[in-house]
Amino acid sequence: MSRTHRIFVPADSAALALGADAVAVAIADEAARRQLSVQIVRTGSRGMHWLEPLVEVETASGRIGYGPVGLADVVSLFEAGWLEGAAHALRIGAPEAHPFMARQTRWTFERCGVVDPLSWEDFVAHGGGQGLAQARALGTEATLAALIESGLRGRGGAGFPAGIKWRTVRETQANIRYVVCNADEGDSGTFADRMLMEGDPLALIEGMAICGFVVGARKGFIYIRSEYPRAIRVLEQALELARTRGLLADCDIELRIGAGSYVCGEETALLESLEGKRGQVRAKPPLPAHAGLFGKPTVVNNVLTLATVPSILVRGAAGYAALGHGRSRGTMPIQLAGNIRHGGLFEAPFGISLAELVDEIGGGTASGRPVRAVQVGGPLGAYFPRALFDTPLDYEAFAARDGLVGHGGIVVFDDTVDMVRQARFAMEFCATESCGKCTPCRVGSVRGMEVVDKIIAGRDVASNLALLEDLCHTLRLGSLCALGGFVPFPVLSAVRHFPQDFQRP
Amino acid sequence: MAWDVLKAAEIIDAHRHLDGATLPVLRALQEAFGYLPEEATAQVADALNLSRAEVHGVISFYHDFRRAPIGRTSLKLCRAEACQAMGADALASEAAAKLGTTWHGTTTDGRVTLEPVFCLGLCSVAPAALVGDELVARADWPRLAAALDKCGR
Repeated sequence: MSRTHRIFVPADSAALALGADAVAVAIADEAARRQLSVQIVRTGSRGMHWLEPLVEVETASGRIGYGPVGLADVVSLFEAGWLEGAAHALRIGAPEAHPFMARQTRWTFERCGVVDPLSWEDFVAHGGGQGLAQARALGTEATLAALIESGLRGRGGAGFPAGIKWRTVRETQANIRYVVCNADEGDSGTFADRMLMEGDPLALIEGMAICGFVVGARKGFIYIRSEYPRAIRVLEQALELARTRGLLADCDIELRIGAGSYVCGEETALLESLEGKRGQVRAKPPLPAHAGLFGKPTVVNNVLTLATVPSILVRGAAGYAALGHGRSRGTMPIQLAGNIRHGGLFEAPFGISLAELVDEIGGGTASGRPVRAVQVGGPLGAYFPRALFDTPLDYEAFAARDGLVGHGGIVVFDDTVDMVRQARFAMEFCATESCGKCTPCRVGSVRGMEVVDKIIAGRDVASNLALLEDLCHTLRLGSLCALGGFVPFPVLSAVRHFPQDFQRP
Repeated sequence: MAWDVLKAAEIIDAHRHLDGATLPVLRALQEAFGYLPEEATAQVADALNLSRAEVHGVISFYHDFRRAPIGRTSLKLCRAEACQAMGADALASEAAAKLGTTWHGTTTDGRVTLEPVFCLGLCSVAPAALVGDELVARADWPRLAAALDKCGR
């Protein structure tokens, strides 16, 4: 028998939802029929989702990708000699040389799609564990200094400097401190947390271990949404693996599953939920860094923030800080979603423009129609028209144009979109998900829906638009958290940039 | 499954040691029984030393918790923006018409319950659905129907 061929089939949710499991079985069956010895390795996704399932084979000249592989393609791939990297209509060459990958700068997603997420050997062979070792070698003060130097800001959306938050927790007097990972990635258009947890969960766990070491926490929680069943399974196994390999020796981590509430992605609502209560937002102060989970100083960071820390420590804070734009340093895992031809994950330094992302990298719409609008930053992010596509990805640049970077999701809409409907949906979503604490959000979102309905029906449009503007003003100033506070972004941006959609008879 | 006080007590006991145990307890109970009947509120409140109002408050706050059983298979269709951009609203209307039900409704034969979900993280391969335990990307009615068939509709 000849050598064992290694074949990599993603088990990322996007690949699974496109039939990757059945493809893996078909590959194994066909190999057996041909009496070939193959080892099928299940990886995360590289992030080129339009090519999923993107299957890779290990050849003498490195890994060669073929995609999208359907069940009907398997026999022809073997016929063509794909195990030696031979030509085939689905062959994309070396995945890392693909233009979509070659243009990226990967720090957070270095290993994702490359390794078996549940192989400790793969993890170690690709630099895993070195971040924690480096932190221990540097000591807590120097590690903290490196994190601050890197300029890493919270990737969940608020963009607060991670190092400052960690220092605050570390310096707050307490007998117990906690590390909490916010994995309640509820924004439409975002899936980077999911991909990372499915494709490189040990990076997140290592980041949390480093955080625990620096701030002096002995206990961590990952709060993940229930809508991510695959990520939950992978994390459960990864935590067990990390425990047996000693990664959790000083700070154990418990996985907690949410229950379908969007607002629990807000850090104080998340803490309430972890404590076993309704996910109602807390007033700040006190900051969670002073009095968070069970009243103890708590770091609450997003998945990507924590998962980036090991690579910053290994590759150098200065190198990370050298990337980026303005006060937004380093790289951002950007998610290209919605009606887009080349959707997926694209990690790049801040500063890249919307036009580059949507037109060049994303290849325009999947429908082939003109792009009319993009929504950046989730359901609370603004809708931008093409006129604003020169906006660089940068927290402050987006804020200056009444938008937000949020978690880096970009949802593309073609010219069939009706923006008054999108404005109504923003209010409807806010009404559905409001925790009920602040009256402007709880009641105002329902009133907002009613006002938009009147505009759709063509009733007193001018005065209802004025009322909508006024209502948004109240929501913005009268809500404790970003749900009520930011829902004016999608609503008012739709009104401002697409007025014709609000003026139909 | 009908509510079983002893089995429920066992499940509660397995989770009550956790910090802030309410959600894990309720999740585990719902997983076992399919929903959280009125009896659950009192029993959980009693076991966790909470008031019934507190437990009721938690159950009613979270979309995942159900007070009544659903059909044998849950069909969750994403309603969020990325899926809207790829025709999720039309797909939902089609699915509702084909199944003869509406959001949160169950088909008359008790097979399928149609539920909305806000984001499955498949925004780059929209529209997305979760049929039982199976994720479906670039969903259309034929693909959903095929996935439902696999669940033994």
